[in-house]
Amino acid sequence: MKNTYIYLLLLPGFLFLAVFMLVPILLTIGSTFFLEGSFTLSGYMQFFKDPYFLKILLTTLQVSLVTTALCVILGFPVAYYISKQSPRTKGVLLALAIFPLLTSPVVRSFSWMIILGKNGLLNRSLLALGIVDQPLDILYTPTAMMIGMVHLFLPLILITLVGVLENIDSDLLKAAESLGASKLKAFFKVIVPLSMPGLIVGSILVFVGSLTAYTTPALLGGKQLVVSTFLYQNAITLNDWNSASVIATIMIVVTFVVIALMNVIANKLNPKG
Amino acid sequence: MRENHRGLGLFTLLVYVFLLGPLLIIGVASFEPGTILKFPPQGFSLKWYQHIFEVEMFMKTFQTSVLVSFMGNVLALLLGIPAAYALSRFSFKGKDTWNAIFISPVLIPGIVLGFMMLKYLIVAYQLPIYTALFVGHTVIMLPFIIRVIASSLSNFDFSVEEAAHSLGAGHLRTFFTIVLPNIRSGIIAAVIIAFLESFNNVDISVFMTGPGVSTLPIQMLTYVENNFDPTIAAISVLLMIFTAILMFVIERMMGLSYFTKK
Repeated sequence: MKNTYIYLLLLPGFLFLAVFMLVPILLTIGSTFFLEGSFTLSGYMQFFKDPYFLKILLTTLQVSLVTTALCVILGFPVAYYISKQSPRTKGVLLALAIFPLLTSPVVRSFSWMIILGKNGLLNRSLLALGIVDQPLDILYTPTAMMIGMVHLFLPLILITLVGVLENIDSDLLKAAESLGASKLKAFFKVIVPLSMPGLIVGSILVFVGSLTAYTTPALLGGKQLVVSTFLYQNAITLNDWNSASVIATIMIVVTFVVIALMNVIANKLNPKG
Repeated sequence: MRENHRGLGLFTLLVYVFLLGPLLIIGVASFEPGTILKFPPQGFSLKWYQHIFEVEMFMKTFQTSVLVSFMGNVLALLLGIPAAYALSRFSFKGKDTWNAIFISPVLIPGIVLGFMMLKYLIVAYQLPIYTALFVGHTVIMLPFIIRVIASSLSNFDFSVEEAAHSLGAGHLRTFFTIVLPNIRSGIIAAVIIAFLESFNNVDISVFMTGPGVSTLPIQMLTYVENNFDPTIAAISVLLMIFTAILMFVIERMMGLSYFTKK
């Protein structure tokens, strides 16, 4: 009786997701393995032999990797600083990080168009200071995408890390120091390992987010394609739905492989093991 | 240590300038009187704010965005509240799997989800674009609704519900008179978070446009491709004010700590 009741509560939501999400996903993935009724891998072969596609895949992975690294490098010290503040200051700093997170990605990417454009703030400042004598071409390059994505995902890793860091007992740091560890050593031997689970979760969020982001590459990347804009181009501009389905499946597989891989790493590194 | 902290404080300040500076720059640039967006602006004018209201597509897509997010939210609540209740009230076999299923829309890349929905909702199921847009947005709102409401249910003491039961109230009656009023603020926060998620969505909406149907973010993207006047900066400012107000309500309802818990 009780179980029937539970399933009655779960069923409406499940059926909705099944019909409108799970079935479309499974059928799309399934369709990539069949051509004119017979099983084939030719759709995938075609892509992995194509240097143009491989280059797009490589650019995407590079941009995502650098974005994640930058987010960790910038985010970790800031999150540590925030976690050490009084509740009031902490609240203000967190609110200031959550605000951009809730702001439209279109708005946030657009703001970088004003800064990075040929006549943008950055170029005019550099020209005025005499650092360059020709405006730099930053907008519509992988660099612009990277800057936009670090801006997009930094708040995400910040709030994840603050959540973890504030739960680390600061007595542990004092204990390490009283046993003779230098401040830096204590930080790397105590704080960093204990925050590893949060660091991994944050990195997954950033890496997967940049791997699949559409708005930022579309606005800041120009003709420079990444997998998500390439998927859109195949589906809408070229109307090649078979290719789009193959790209979509590759994206799902890569996403899940990344998540699984980082979970394995997280379990290995977790000191509580 | 003090010395150390001062360096860290400066670093934090610079990172926050990076985070918030661009948003501030859009705000200032939106007052540019000329036809090309500049920073710093060459004067002060509100004409681009006025321009938003003169362009019919902005008004129309804004209405679509609000309506789709609102209707999607209602449906997501109807589907999500029972599921969140079941997932936090009872322990049963396969609970983790059920949790994973309900969270899955956020794990599938948005652009992939959008394409697959175009392929099936519009082409195979033949839903009208507007309906497909609404269904697509409900799918992506559902995980947020379920997560936020489940987290506010986890703070609810179910023994109160059992007390009502033992006093003779039925399941439905206890749910509506005891449980629901107690998680009211969680529901409001869930609605706002899901609303923002849907209102700002590009990945799904970009595939669900057709004659006369589009959402505000998509209209903004299209506009930016062809124009570089300060209109989008002005819209951005209005959207940021809107976000700030909603954020203030979330803070009042359940605190912003929801965001730091994973």
